[in-house]
Amino acid sequence: MAAPQQQKLKVNGPVAVTANRLTDGAVVWRTKAGGWSVELVDAAIVTTADAALALLAEAGKRDLDAVGPYVAPVTVDDQGTIGPGNLRERIRVAGPTFELPH
Amino acid sequence: MPLIEKGEIVADLYVRVADDEPLPEGVAVLIGIDRFLNEAEALKGRQAPVGVIWPNNRPIAEIAPHLGQLSLIALNFPSFRDGRAYSQARLLRERLGWTGPLRAIGNVLRDQFLLMERSGFDQIDAVKPADAAAFDEAVQAYTVFYQPATDARPSLLRQRLGRTLAGVRS
Amino acid sequence: MYAYDEFDRAFLAERVAEFRDQVGRRLSGALSEDEFKPLRLMNGVYLQLHAYMLRIAIPYGTLNAAQLRRMAHVARVYDRGYGHFTTRQNIQFNWIKLEELPEAMASLAEVGVHGIQTSGNCIRNVTTDQWAAATPEECDDPRIWAEILRQYSTLHPEFTYLPRKFKIAITAAGHDRAAIKVHDVGLRLHRNEAGELGFEVLVGGGLGRTPFVGKSIRPFLPARELLSYIEAIMRVYNQYGRRDNIYKARIKILVHEIGAEEFSKAVEAEWAAIRDGALHLTDEAIAEIRDRFIYPSFETLENEPAALTEALKDSRFATWHRNSVQAHKVPGYSIVTISLKPVGAPPGDATADQMEVVADLAERYGFSEIRVGHEQNLCLPHVAQKDLPALWAALEAAGLATPNVNLVNDIIACPGLDYCALANARAIPVAQEIAKRFADLDRARGVGRLHINISGCINACGHHHVGHIGILGVEKNGQEFYQITLGGRADEHAQLGTLLGPAVSYEQVPGLVEDVVDTYMELRAGPHELFIDTVARLGVEPFKERVYAAH
Repeated sequence: MAAPQQQKLKVNGPVAVTANRLTDGAVVWRTKAGGWSVELVDAAIVTTADAALALLAEAGKRDLDAVGPYVAPVTVDDQGTIGPGNLRERIRVAGPTFELPH
Repeated sequence: MPLIEKGEIVADLYVRVADDEPLPEGVAVLIGIDRFLNEAEALKGRQAPVGVIWPNNRPIAEIAPHLGQLSLIALNFPSFRDGRAYSQARLLRERLGWTGPLRAIGNVLRDQFLLMERSGFDQIDAVKPADAAAFDEAVQAYTVFYQPATDARPSLLRQRLGRTLAGVRS
Repeated sequence: MYAYDEFDRAFLAERVAEFRDQVGRRLSGALSEDEFKPLRLMNGVYLQLHAYMLRIAIPYGTLNAAQLRRMAHVARVYDRGYGHFTTRQNIQFNWIKLEELPEAMASLAEVGVHGIQTSGNCIRNVTTDQWAAATPEECDDPRIWAEILRQYSTLHPEFTYLPRKFKIAITAAGHDRAAIKVHDVGLRLHRNEAGELGFEVLVGGGLGRTPFVGKSIRPFLPARELLSYIEAIMRVYNQYGRRDNIYKARIKILVHEIGAEEFSKAVEAEWAAIRDGALHLTDEAIAEIRDRFIYPSFETLENEPAALTEALKDSRFATWHRNSVQAHKVPGYSIVTISLKPVGAPPGDATADQMEVVADLAERYGFSEIRVGHEQNLCLPHVAQKDLPALWAALEAAGLATPNVNLVNDIIACPGLDYCALANARAIPVAQEIAKRFADLDRARGVGRLHINISGCINACGHHHVGHIGILGVEKNGQEFYQITLGGRADEHAQLGTLLGPAVSYEQVPGLVEDVVDTYMELRAGPHELFIDTVARLGVEPFKERVYAAH
């Protein structure tokens, strides 16, 4: 789960492009319409390195909405439900894995 | 690339000439270190001013024997995050006694103008016109300076320590 | 406490205004992210997994009650009601919004608190002993010198874009609580045979990818020459430190590559040219800074007053007292450590409510002073012994009296993959699980002093190399694995831990740590031989044999 921004792109399954929103740092996903959404369900999903790179290039053209875009693995189950594809992305979607102080 | 000198946007009188281009006669030139060192003798006979771009990776003390024939020294910021030229600038001013123009070139941005001024640069070759227009604002962002540097701004340390640095201008 | 004057306050206000302008330019697009990032980092602003993170400096680990209360306010208004005390005398807020950061910073600046130079490739927040000016061990208040360095290094025009970050730590006590040997520059304040105050100067220590213990380049630097000598070090590093590879850019690599002797020669040559210049500290200049530290007006009190002796009959109070209370240099006073490691909680976290409780208690019992140490605990440095029972009762009620300071569940951990964009593996839940294995504090006390340090990646914010048991999270094929080292220590005998064996999975870590501890209990020469001494005596082999046989 080394900082994904530095990883070489290997695509062995469904992936999406994700980043953090400039104004508040919230986790956002690149949508099919070329925008950003805080909901993973809205993410554009691709399955090849070329398509992922194209999505990433488009996402990186303007750095005013979202910061540090990279390609992240996702899962798509039989019903088409999209989920985060590794522990790092699960934590980004669901928050820390322990009870927060309150 | 607007050139700022003492807070004003000024015309750049120096022509930058690459190592393999002929030197134009009668105009001020800014040349690289290799050409300068290779042609040092010939350059002494030149009638127009000569400036040199001193590289970050060569000790600035080595410029000492050449200071007499230079009209401008430029130090490079390959990235605004590369701060070697700040040390070179201070050494030029405070150790080697250079009082001529000292120019910051390269990735020169507004948020570093003040640091450059404090380190002894008096010419700033800004990348962005908007940055150049905001020069006064940028260098006046602070009225309090903790440590003494090359500039004449009073520092808290200097006020508290009550001494003047040898070789500091003003 | 160091009292800010009008200059310090003006500077902070100007810094907030500058950052507000920079945020505005970023949001408008005038600054790209690449241009903005170093600017925000130098104000302590990171972009982490879930949100922006704000790191606030607690200079030399000293806070007053008003400042801590303001941190509670920021936690509540701009964050999610808690903060995380780090291993470098900072506090971090994890859920802050860029748009709101200038407001939060302005609020903090009103009480003299800021995030300046808590990140970025500059001279960072200078750290020191959290027991400064309270412990009987020290030769002078190291915070005087840390404050002089704070002022010197703040927005230094020449050293704001160094090859890499630069951390300085100072100790003035024989027992080093500031981990000076694993800093870029470590300063050991002491008196020479003539009784003059000066520093032993160490350079090139550090953890991270390539850990080194610092090397001494000057046994005695007269204290008044501190700034010129530091400037000489910085100037050599700024010019000759590597900039071609971020992993080789720290000063430790330069010192290692050219050798401490060559490095020292270069520093001495540079220093010779500047030592009599503007940075020479006069007695008046030092006195001026010293005078701005406000010290408590201690009462004349006896040690072990009747109120304390009586309270010690309560075994719970007595247990806490034995664990968390230390000798003070003034009779009738004690140093109290407040554990931020309740069993099962994230190490170093405090809620806004807890911060306010500690602020109130500091006002009532501790001359309004609070300290933060690199172990991620708080400290009230000056508490009258007669007040200890009441203080304990109030801490206990707030969940802040866990008597586990320096025990196996007083674990140092970085935020890890649960928060940090750089992390490879989680650290906090690992700490929580280990702590739970030793939830029986009688058992933990039986084990004695044992420091566990956990880092979620090679950057080593959890200082795993110098943990008696060090745990480093790594990633293998998308899974979290952990490398275990034994025998590291961060004190005056600093050394790096030795690898125990192959990395183990997330689930295996707590059991493995228990096995290491059990092995120690069997092998130790007696109850007075600490874990670290048993490892030093026997090496890691006997531990390796037992532990890996069991897994």
